Amino acid sequence: MSSIVSVRGAVKDYALGDVLVPALRGVDLEVGEGEFLSVAGPSGSGKTTLLNLIGCVDTATSGVVEVAGKNTSQLSERELTNLRLHTIGFIFQSFNLVSVLSVLQNIELPLLLQRSLTAPQRLTRIERLLDRVGLKGYGPHRPSELSGGQRQRVAIARALVTNPKIVLADEPTANLDSVTGENILSLMRELNRTERTTFIFSTHDAKVMAHASTIVRLADGKVLERVSQPPQALAAGGHPR
Amino acid sequence: MIATLRVVLQLAFRNLLAARLKTFIVGGIIFFGSLIVTVGGSLMDSVVTGMSRSIIGTLAGDIQVYSAKSKEDLALFGSMGGADADLAQIEEYETIKKTIEGVPNVAQIVPMGLSNALVTSGNTIDLVLEKLRNAVRKQLAGDHSPTIAADIESQKHHVQQIIHVLQAEQKTGEAVLDQRKVTQDDRDNAAALKRAGDPAFWAGFDRDELNALEFLENKIAPQTSDSDLLFMRYVGTDMDLYRKSFDRFHLVDGTTIPEGHRGFMFSKFFYEERLKLKTARRLDKIRTAILEKHEKIKDDPELQRMVRENQKETREVLLQLDAASSAKMATLLAQALAAPAAHTIAGADPALKTGTDNLGKLLGTFFATDDDNFLKRYDFFYAKLAPLLELYRIRVGDTLTIKAFAKTGYSRSVNLKVYGTFEFAGLDKSPLAGAVNLMDLVSFRDLYGFLTADSQKAVQDLKAAAGGRDIDRKSAEADLFGGGSGDQIVATAVSPAPEALQDTLPDLASATTKLHRDHSADRAYDLGELQRGVVLNAAVILNDHAKLDQTIADISAAAQRDHLDLKVVSWKDAAGLIGNLVLVFQVVLFVAVLVIFLVALVIINNALVMATLERVREIGTLRAVGAQRTFILGMLVIEAAVIGLVFGGLGAAAGSLIVLLLNATGIPATTDVLNFFFSGPALHPFVNVHYVLAAIGIVLLVSTLSSLYPAWLAMRISPRQAMGAEE
Repeated sequence: MSSIVSVRGAVKDYALGDVLVPALRGVDLEVGEGEFLSVAGPSGSGKTTLLNLIGCVDTATSGVVEVAGKNTSQLSERELTNLRLHTIGFIFQSFNLVSVLSVLQNIELPLLLQRSLTAPQRLTRIERLLDRVGLKGYGPHRPSELSGGQRQRVAIARALVTNPKIVLADEPTANLDSVTGENILSLMRELNRTERTTFIFSTHDAKVMAHASTIVRLADGKVLERVSQPPQALAAGGHPR
Repeated sequence: MIATLRVVLQLAFRNLLAARLKTFIVGGIIFFGSLIVTVGGSLMDSVVTGMSRSIIGTLAGDIQVYSAKSKEDLALFGSMGGADADLAQIEEYETIKKTIEGVPNVAQIVPMGLSNALVTSGNTIDLVLEKLRNAVRKQLAGDHSPTIAADIESQKHHVQQIIHVLQAEQKTGEAVLDQRKVTQDDRDNAAALKRAGDPAFWAGFDRDELNALEFLENKIAPQTSDSDLLFMRYVGTDMDLYRKSFDRFHLVDGTTIPEGHRGFMFSKFFYEERLKLKTARRLDKIRTAILEKHEKIKDDPELQRMVRENQKETREVLLQLDAASSAKMATLLAQALAAPAAHTIAGADPALKTGTDNLGKLLGTFFATDDDNFLKRYDFFYAKLAPLLELYRIRVGDTLTIKAFAKTGYSRSVNLKVYGTFEFAGLDKSPLAGAVNLMDLVSFRDLYGFLTADSQKAVQDLKAAAGGRDIDRKSAEADLFGGGSGDQIVATAVSPAPEALQDTLPDLASATTKLHRDHSADRAYDLGELQRGVVLNAAVILNDHAKLDQTIADISAAAQRDHLDLKVVSWKDAAGLIGNLVLVFQVVLFVAVLVIFLVALVIINNALVMATLERVREIGTLRAVGAQRTFILGMLVIEAAVIGLVFGGLGAAAGSLIVLLLNATGIPATTDVLNFFFSGPALHPFVNVHYVLAAIGIVLLVSTLSSLYPAWLAMRISPRQAMGAEE
C-alpha cells in the first residue's frame, strides 16, 4: 500500500505572544491510500495541528509533510490552495456551510472553484452524492432548515464532490449527539469503502475511534502509538459492512 | 475566468440578499449619494443654464471685451459696491470691431456703454401750469377761439383743485406740527397758499396772467413735492444690432428706437416700478400676490400695509384731477360704494373744497379693500377711474431730459424721445434684469462726455470762429511765448481790427447755440457715426456657444496681434457678482458631494469591515476548500460594486424621476433674485445625463474604494480560521 500522506519529523511551533508554544514535536506518520484513519488524543495533543499540516492549511516549522507526493513546505500559497482544491476534501467540526447558499450550491462550490465541469455534469454529480448521503431532494434547502446531522451530511457531500484523494475531518462528530455521530461515522466509513477515498479524522471519542481501521494516538505533540484494527473489530462496533 | 466571475457574482448577489441589513445601510447611503448628485447636479445645471440665458440673452452676450486699461473689472449686473465699474474708453470702436469680426465663430459684435443717469419726472402742478401757460400764450398771441378759452378755464380749475388739496394738507400739518418749530419758509408757504386760494387772486388772474403764473410756478409748485429724481442705469448701444443679437429682448409698448435715431426705451419693470401711479402699482402688486401667490390680505401684513397706503395716499390721485374729472370720479365712486353723491357734484367753485374733501374720503373708502372685494375694486379702478388719470408720469412718446455727470466732471444732459418699453422674456419680474434701460449709443457718448462727430465739428467751428488753433506740444513753448519768430506771432494775434472781432462774435454765439441745439430729441445721426466713436465695452455673440473658451483665446490673440489693449472675458466674468455665483454654486455642490461621499466612504468601509469580521468562518471555509486569495478579494470588491451599481442606479433613477417631476411642476421663483437665476417665473429643471452618469460613476468608485480595506482584511483570513469549534 503506497502512502498518500507522509509526515516525517514534523515540528510545529506556534507563537503565543513572545512565547513559542510547541504543538508538534517531531511527528512521523504514513497514511496509506484508502485508509480510514483516526487521530486520537486529548485536547492539546496536536490533533488539529497535524490535520492542518496534512490539509495544507498550515506548513510545518520543520520536517517534511508530503501530500499526494508533494512536499507542502516547498509549495507557494497559491499551489497549496490548488492542492487543497483538487486533492483534499474538508469536513469541519462546525459544518461550516455557507449560510446564504442552498444545500446544492454549498456542495457545488468546490466544483465551481475547480472550473472543470459543466453545469449539467455538476448537477448529476451533486444529485448522486445527495442520494449517497441520504439527503435526496434536499438540494434547494437552506442549511438553516436542516438538523445538525443533516448539515454534516451536506458537508460530507461537499468534501467528496471533487472526488478528492483525501478527506480530512477534524472532530466531525463533536457537535452531534452520539446516535447521529455514529450514523455520520458509518456513512464516512461506507464512502471510504465504496469511493476508495482516504479518510483522516480526529476525535477524542473512543466510540468514534472504534470505526477506524487505524488509530494514531497523539500526546504532547508526539505519536504515542499506531494501532491497526482488524475488520472484525469494526464489525464488533455493530455496524454492517 | 468567466465561470469564476459568475461564481463571484453569484456569491456576491446571494450575500447581499442574505445580509439585508448591511446591504440596506450601505445601499441606502449610496442611494442617497447618487440621488443627491443627480438632483443637485441637474438642478445646478438648470440654474446655470437659466442664469446663463438671463445673462447672455439680456446684456452680456457670450463674450465681453473692454479696455485693458480699465481700473476695475466689468460688472454688467452690478458689483459689490453697487456703483458701476470704472472702465477706460475704447477710442475707436471700428478698429476692435474689425479685429473681432475676423475671428472664427464670432457671429456679431454689439457696441455698448453702461452708465447711470438721472431723470426728472414731471411734477403734476408743473405740468398743469405749463399747459396753462401755453394756452395763455396762444390767447395772448391772438387766438381767441372758444377751445382755448375753455382749456384755460379747465386748467385754472385744476390748479385751484391742487391748491385745495395743498391747503387741506397744510391744515392737517398744522394740527400735528409744533408751532415753535415753524420756520419762516413755512410761513411764506402758508401765505402763498392763502393768496393762491383766495378767490380774489383768481378773479384778477385774467388781468395779468403771466405774473400770476410766475407766482404759481415759483411759490406754489415747489410745495408739491411729488416729483422724483429718478436714478437709473442704462445701456447705450446700437439698438438695431442689440435687438437682433439679444433674444431675450421683447418689445412691450411703443416701438424700438428707429435706426439712426436718438431715443430711449424704458425697461417695463423700471417703468412700472418707478413711473407708474403708486396707487395703481400697489393695486397691481396686491392682485399679483392674491392671484399668483395665493396670499390673503387678512393674513399678510405686507398686503395690509399696501392697502393702508392706498387709503391714505390719495393725494397723488387728487392732484391729477381737474374739477370736471373730480366730479366725475366722485360720482363713479359714490355709485360704486352706493353712497349719496348728490352734493358732491355741485362742480362749481364754492363746492370744490367740499368736493375734494369728499372725494378724498370716497377714495379712502374705495381703497379700503379686503379679500372679498379686492378684485372687483381692482377691475373698477382700471375700467372706470384709470381713464380719468395719468397712470404713468412719463408716457411713451414723451420727450425726456436725462442728466448725467460726465467723466469730465461736468453735468451733461440730453433730451430723448421715449420710444417704448421693453422687457426681457421670462425676466419681467426680476429687478436685476429689469433695472437696465436702453439708449442709442450716440446719446450715450454725449451723456458720458465723449465728443460725437457733430459736437467735434461744432467745437471745430467754434475754434475756427474764435481764431484758436491746435498747438503741437513740442512747439508749444515757441508758439506761445515766441521763438525766433516771436514778433510775427504777436502781430497775428493783434492783427484783427476791433470791428472784425465784433463781426466774429455773432458767429461764435450761433455756433454755441448750434452745439446745444444738437442735443435735441429726435435728431438723426449718420450710421457711420456709430462705428467711429468711443464705446466702453462690446458684446460678442458666438455661432457655437460651446466653443466659448476657444473663441475667447482667439479674440485675445487677434487683439494682441493688432495691438489692441483689450480684456476679453466670458459672460460669467462680465456679469460681475452674479456671474461669480455660478462658480459659487458649483463649488458648493462639489464640496457638498465631496463631503457626502467622504462620509459615505467611511461609513461603508466600517459596515463592510464589520460584515467581513462576521464572515471570517465563511471566508476561511472558502479558502480551505480551495478558493484563492484573489477570489476572496474579487468577491468582496464585486459585492461592493454590485451594491454601488444597483443602489447607485436606483438613486440616479429616483433622482432623475424627481427632476422630471420638478420639470413638470416647476419650482416657483419665490423671490426676485430667484426669478433671475431661474430665467423665468419657475425653474423647469432637466435631467442632465452627465450628472446621472457621474452619479453612478462616483458611487461605483466610492463603494469599490471603500471595499478595498475590508477586502484586504478578508484576503488575509487563513483557512485555519475555518477549523475548530464555533465561538
